[in-house]
Formats: sequence, C-alpha cells, structure tokens
Amino acid sequence: MRRDTRRTNVFTRRALLLGGIEVLALGGLAAKLYQVQVLEGTRYALLAESNRISARLLAPPRGRLLDRATTPLAGNRMNWRAVLVAEQTSDVAETLARFSALIPLSDHERARIDRELLHSRRFIPIILRDFLEWEEMAQIEVNAPDLPGVLIDVGTTRLYPFGQTLAHVVGYVAPPGEDEAEDEPMLALPGMRIGRAAMEKFHDLALRGKAGLVQVEVNAAGRVIREISREEGIPGADITLTIDSGLQQDVMQTLETESASAVVLDATNGEVLAMATTPSFDPSLFNSGVSQAQWNEWTKNRQTPLINKAVAGLYAPGSTFKMVVAMAGLSARTITPGERIFCPGYLDLGDTRFHCWSRYGHGALDLRGGLKNSCDVFFYEVARRTGIDAIAAMAKRFGLGVRPAIELPEARTGLVPTRAWREGHGHHWNPGDTVVHGIGQGFLQLTPIQLATMAARIATGRAVEPHLTRSIGATQSPGAAPGDWPALDVPAPFLHMVREGMWAVVNEPGGTAPLARLDLPGVQLAGKTGSTQVRHVSREAREHGHFNSENLPWEFRPHALFVAFAPYDAPRYALAVVVEHGNAGAQRAAPLARAIMTDVLLRDPAGHTPDGGARLAVRAGAAGEATP
Amino acid sequence: MMERRLYRGQTFGIVAKLREVSWLYVALLALLAAVGYTALYSAGGGPQPFANRHALRFVVGLVILVATALTDLRLIQRLAWPLYALGVGLLLMVARFGHVGKGAQRWIEIGGFQLQPSELMKIFLVLALASWFHRASFERIGNPLFLIPPALATALPVALILKQPNLGTAIITALVAGAVFFAAGVRWWKFALVALLVVLAAPIAYHHLHDYQRARIETFLHPESDPLGTGYNIIQSKIALGSGGLWGKGFLNGTQGRLDFLPEKQTDFIFTVLAEEFGLIGALAVLFLITLIIAGGYVIALRARQPFGRLVAIGITTNYSLYVFVNLAMVMGVIPVGGVPLPLVSHGGSALLTAMFGFGLLLSVEVHRDAAAESERETR
Repeated sequence: MRRDTRRTNVFTRRALLLGGIEVLALGGLAAKLYQVQVLEGTRYALLAESNRISARLLAPPRGRLLDRATTPLAGNRMNWRAVLVAEQTSDVAETLARFSALIPLSDHERARIDRELLHSRRFIPIILRDFLEWEEMAQIEVNAPDLPGVLIDVGTTRLYPFGQTLAHVVGYVAPPGEDEAEDEPMLALPGMRIGRAAMEKFHDLALRGKAGLVQVEVNAAGRVIREISREEGIPGADITLTIDSGLQQDVMQTLETESASAVVLDATNGEVLAMATTPSFDPSLFNSGVSQAQWNEWTKNRQTPLINKAVAGLYAPGSTFKMVVAMAGLSARTITPGERIFCPGYLDLGDTRFHCWSRYGHGALDLRGGLKNSCDVFFYEVARRTGIDAIAAMAKRFGLGVRPAIELPEARTGLVPTRAWREGHGHHWNPGDTVVHGIGQGFLQLTPIQLATMAARIATGRAVEPHLTRSIGATQSPGAAPGDWPALDVPAPFLHMVREGMWAVVNEPGGTAPLARLDLPGVQLAGKTGSTQVRHVSREAREHGHFNSENLPWEFRPHALFVAFAPYDAPRYALAVVVEHGNAGAQRAAPLARAIMTDVLLRDPAGHTPDGGARLAVRAGAAGEATP
Repeated sequence: MMERRLYRGQTFGIVAKLREVSWLYVALLALLAAVGYTALYSAGGGPQPFANRHALRFVVGLVILVATALTDLRLIQRLAWPLYALGVGLLLMVARFGHVGKGAQRWIEIGGFQLQPSELMKIFLVLALASWFHRASFERIGNPLFLIPPALATALPVALILKQPNLGTAIITALVAGAVFFAAGVRWWKFALVALLVVLAAPIAYHHLHDYQRARIETFLHPESDPLGTGYNIIQSKIALGSGGLWGKGFLNGTQGRLDFLPEKQTDFIFTVLAEEFGLIGALAVLFLITLIIAGGYVIALRARQPFGRLVAIGITTNYSLYVFVNLAMVMGVIPVGGVPLPLVSHGGSALLTAMFGFGLLLSVEVHRDAAAESERETR
C-alpha cells in the first residue's frame, strides 16, 4: 500500500508537470498570437489589403484625327480578337497547334506570336488573331475546352478610312516596344498602339488619353470578385487637322503614278490644306506588324513610298530659288529695280563659263524679264554681286533651310549654305559656288513644304508657318487667323516685283510656264518653274548639243518643280509640286500645279471648316465676270 | 466504501452510468465544436459545404463518445492489446492498399468511409501502454528489461507511420507514448538517453526525409525566400492572423479566408479563419476553451483511482494537446507545416470521430474512476 501511495504520488507529480507544460505551451502560443495580431497587426493588415486589392488599368479609346470639316481620317473600330493567356494553359505549343488547326496562322503570324510569348509576362494576353469573323469566333467558342488559355475579347483597332491617300500626314500606329511599356504601364495593355509616324506620332500623348483605374478585389487565383472603385479614364482627344480630305484625294489622283509630292497651303495662315506624296502605303498594315516581305518591298522601292517627300524629300530648288536671289539683290542694292542685265547665253567667271539654259541668250533683261524667262545668266550675275551670305539670309526669311514648324516629326531642315558653313567643312567658298546658287543649284537642299511656305510668304508678305493642327479636343490651336502671323521683314515693293515676275512666268506670252495658266475666268495663278539636275552635265555633252535628259535613265533625270500662288490679285493659296526625275518643271510640274490649283479654287477648301469661315467664291467671281 | 464503489462501477445500470458522465465536459466539447461550426460556416461562405456536415459528424461523434464512455473500463483494458494489433494491421493495410494523397499513403477506405489508421493507432497505443504499465509495480518499472516490450510496441507503429511518410504524426505518436511512459514513472535519465539518441540520429534521419518534408523544414527556416512556393502557406496564414488585429474583421468579413488566400482553410488552417474574423480576443477565447478541455483531462486523470484509467487519461489528453499545439504553432509559423488538423474545429470526418472516441475513453475513465481494476489486485 505504501508503494502504491508512492506510485500515486509520482503519478500525481508527473501528471501535474505534464499538464503544466501543456498549458504553458498554449500560453506561449497566446503570446505569439499577441505578437502577430497586435504588435505586427498593422503590417499584416497592409499585406492583406495588397493581397486583396488589385489595380487594373482601363485603356482609353484613342482620339480620332479629323479633317477640317471633321471627316474622320483616323478612327477606331471594334476588333474581336482571339487572345492567349500563356499562364492559363499547361502546354502553349499544344494550344497553339490546336488553334491553328481551326484558324490557320501564317508563318508571319506565328513568328509574331512566338516573339510576343518570349517578351510578355505570362499573364498578359497575347493576340493570336485580330478581326475575327463570326464563323471563326463560333469555332473558337465551340472548341473552347480544347483551347485552354484562349479567350475572345474585344478591343479597338485603328481605322484609316482614307488609307493611302493620307498615310504620310496621318501616319500610323504600331505596338509599343518593351522599353516604352515599362515607362507607361498603360502601354502594356493588350492591343495598345502608339503613334509611330506623322500626326499619330506627333500628337500621340493627346490622342492616347489617360488610362482609367479600377480597383478590384481579387481572390488568390486572381479572379475578380468585385469592383471596389473605378476612376474613368480620359479618352484621347479628337484632333482636327487643317487638311481638306476631298482636296487631298484630288491631289493624290492628280499626282497619280508619279514619284512626286505636292503641298497646298492657305497662304494667309499657313494651314496645310493638302499634302500629297506618291507612291504611298497603307497605314493600317502597321497595326499588327508589317511582314518582312512588305517591308522589303517598301524599303527597296526607289520611289520610297514610306518617306513623306513633302517634308523629308530634299531637292535643289533650281529656278524656284530665283525669287529669293532677286530679293536678296534688291535688299542688298546690288541690283536696282528696272536695272537690265545682258544675257549672251553664258557668264564667264575666271576660267569657268556658266551657261544659260538658252544657248542663244536672252539679251538685256530686267528683273521681271529675268524671272519670266527664268534667265540663268541674270541670276548668276545677281548672285555674284550679292554674295552667298546675303542670299542665305534672305532664304531664311522665307523659311528655306529652316526647320518648318510643321507638326511632322519626319520634317527635315534641308540646307541653305553659307560661307561659314562651307569653311566649317574645311573648304573654301569659291565665287563660282555663289554663281551656281544663283539658280538654285549647288549645295541647296530644300523640301517641298519649304518651297510652298516660300510661295505663301511671297504671296501674302506674312511670315506664315505651315501647320496641320486646327484644334486639339475643344482647344483651338493658334495660327488660324492671318493676324496671328507677323509681316515678313522684306519691303513690300520687292515682294510686289517678284510677284509680277511670277505672274509673267505663267500668264505673259513667252513666259516659261504657259501650261500652268488657269482656265478660270477672273482668277490668275502666278508661279515659277524649276528643273534641277541630279547629275553633272558634261561640257562636251552640252556643247555638242546631244544632251537630252529624256534619254537618261530615270534616276538620273532632273527633278521637275513648280511653286505657285493664286489668285494673283488677292493671294489665298500657295502650292509647291515636285516630280522626282520629271525632267522639266515647265513640262511636268506646271500642268500638275495648274490642275491642283484649279481644284483648290473651285473647292475653296478654306471654307470647309466645321465653323464655316470666310469663303472665297471663285464661282461667284466667275458669275460676276459674266454679268457686267 | 471500496465495495460500494466497485459495485457501482461494475454493475450500475445505464441510467446510473449516464448520470456519472461529466456532462459539463461534454458541454465544453460541444462548445468547441460550435466554434468549429462558426469557422467552417465562414470558410464555406454559408452552412454548405462544410459547417452542416461538421455538425452532423459531431452528432455521430457524440453517440460514439457516449457509447465509449459507458463501456466498462475493464473491458476496454482487456481489449487494449487486440485493438493495438488491429491498429498495426490497419497501418500495414495502408502501406499495402492505401490511397496516395500529397505524396503519402495515409488513409484507406472502409465502406466509403475514409480512415486514417495512424489517428486510431495513437489511441490504441495509449491503451496498450496503459494496460502494460497498469500491471507493473514500481520496482518493475525501474527495470530496463521491463521497458523493452512497450518500447518496441511504440517503435513499430511509429516506424510504420514514418514510412507513410507522415513525420508530424509519427513525432506526435512518439511523444504521446513518451507521456505515458513518463506518467507511469519511468526514470528521468532514461528519457534523457532517448532524447540524446534522437538528437544524434536527427542528421541521419534528415538524409532519409522525403523532398517535400525537407522543403517544409527549409521553408520553415526561411519562409520569405519563396513566397509563391512552399512558403506561401505560412505567409498567407500569418497575414490572416495579423490582419485580424485585436478585435478581428468581423464574422464573414475576413478577406484572407473568403478570397481563398488561405490554403486548406477548412482543415489545417481553420484557426486562422477564426483569428482573422474575431481577432486576438476571439483567438484567446478559443485558446481558453481548449485549455479548459485539457485541464479537464488532467482532472479526470488525477481523480481516477486505478493506473490504467490514469494513464489512458494522460495519454488521451496529451494526444489532444499535442494536436492543438502542433496545429496552432504551425499556422503561426512557429513549427513547419505538417498536415495536422485542429480537433473538433477542422473539417474532416475521420479526425473528428477519432477525437470523439478518444474523449469517450476519457469520460469512461471518469465514469469508472472508482472501479479498482481486478487485475491490479491480482498482481499484488
């Protein structure tokens, strides 16, 4: 019994010890709970929130580009598309194989998908196929169980109703690059596009809008349980351009199969009414990536369809530069109004003889005659007397060799050389160089839009800058009123003399551009031709008289240029036409200028605005002519 | 006195025995099951799919509990070794025909009922060991040779459970057995010797662990190193606990649980659902209830007059408290995650019924506390 008591005592002691340990252990857990729930509670509460809440961006619709009468030039359309979320399928290759069994994917598409699979994060949907047809969608839906990770969603895609007609002005959009998406999370959304050229690029931020933000509660699998808050995005702004889409279409048709470009400006305010470049391209092809074959076709084409020649094509201005030389001479008083210069058909300077285009010479000419006949010797002499720097300074006042204000990232500055520029390149400026620049050759490199700007400034005497934007959203862009533009720093009489010369070129018997004469009652066009060599003409060829540029291969023929404004007595429109390798401005460019200007005057695009606007009524004028 | 008690313990009618059942203790268990109902209601987002089944199982469990409580303790004692043999048999069956779940063979199906034999085995082992030590005098317990059979009886099922492999349950089984050895009066230094052997063997054992078991230990040591892999459970569980704060987010308002961030929230991590929604206050209240149940087990152990009953009570209570400790320590990230549910709270039929059977044994000890087992007298 004693032993039994002892055993009971041992048991009691040990039971109490075991129980004590167990309760103590639970106490320890209670302390741990206090630590986690109270001392560290705030931290874990934050973690729970960030677990629960997921912020998602809502892609705003991209703004539209409208013409001056609010016709859409670039819009959006619904795009039903098949997307693949890589993380939702165990075997991406297998899913793709099954998908392409239903909807065949081209090698080009496969390459793009593989590329995106490689670069995107696994939960970002990758577009398999855009613009699904109804039957295709049905096929995908029916086979959904076999296509894990494949979903159909709706996005928008860029639509260019005018296609090739406005490709160089409107530009195009393309998927953003990886680094771009890193800076702006919105760009990582599927189907987001950013402007890659022209207006789409220049106004990209305004067109893009601001992404909305929706905060959703998600479960552990990432599925949305409910929406907590929603902040609507701001849709991209609609941007109204100065372009008249109808005129643009006509101009494109006029240029037709040429490799050419034409710019039509409202000379009073610099609005670009039409800017045409041929050949063109289909901007919508960039939407989902251009195939290598297409790209090669574009880049290997000698007529450079991707380049907006109106702002990025560089040409020697040729005789269209003579107005600038004339005004430089007048300003520098190296030639006086009415002064006559004798043209024997050439100018000798040292050992070098510079030929006039007319082998027989023009005899004695004043400034008006010099322009009318486009006499080279006259302008050789004026340039020789005036010097290159004074000519360059005058050229800059007309926007030549200056980067135009045009809102096109592709626009180039061109080159108007000066003595300092030449010496900066380690050469001497020779007197002969100056002479050549008198007829717009030599180092001069200008773009059609610069020539059109020059024509507009000559016509109105205002320092208008070419521009394409009328309004961004509801905000009017400045520059629509002529009063927005300062007067040009050139004496009005000089401008008047040059305009008279340009009138004579077209309208006086013996002028070089009779083909540019308008067939409209009461309205006259003033202009100037230009033909610029792209290859040196050897002296022997010229002297032996068997030089004929028509016989040259296409790429060695001279460019044909024409600048013009109209109506002569109340200038409203200015234009420049350049036909690459078109041989002679008078033959090839002048008729195009005439056709375009006729169209411009009959349409009166400046009146084509959403708010109406002052109309220049050619037809009314014609009627008035008939009445008297 | 003795005669009367003996008489009362042996032949009292069912009604008299029912009166002897500690209904207060049953009420504590029912209260804990109600806590489980609440948590499962939240985890399932309504009475389905977990809460109502839990309630039904508790009712079934209650029947088992009362039936066991009314069973004569001496009958249980006589059945101790046969039951032990049955348990080992079941473990062997698991090894042979068991279903593979999460990389381990743990349960078998008997008549559509999933059974984890390792759970039953712990109880049967407690009965067997209690029965062994019941007969032993104090001197015999001091004899090392006398300890070899019960040591082997412990080692066999532990080895079988380890082989499943189920490290957590194997350790709990060994500890429960240890508690019975300890309460029976085995010397301290013998435990120290075994502990030393275990420490020495641990590195070798680590070598033989399965990859997932090693992964658990490594995640336990560095949970933040792999937040979306194996460390995910611990991190999400701690976020659930911590974000509950002092007062909790309110019933059905726990974001971690309701949005499925909590892994296996209805089983192993059920406590975090409670702690998230009812905060530290609620968690401590549950902890207090559990403490009462454990303390009640010790009261029964101390009140029992015959060694078999005492040791059974110690073994059952220790088994329960180890369960609780391992589960809670696991969800708090104190020990590696180990697939141990919280008895009476977690969803799961097998575990609940086994626990109720265990508590039934405990109550049987209470009902028959005064019945001096004849075998003890025989040995004298």
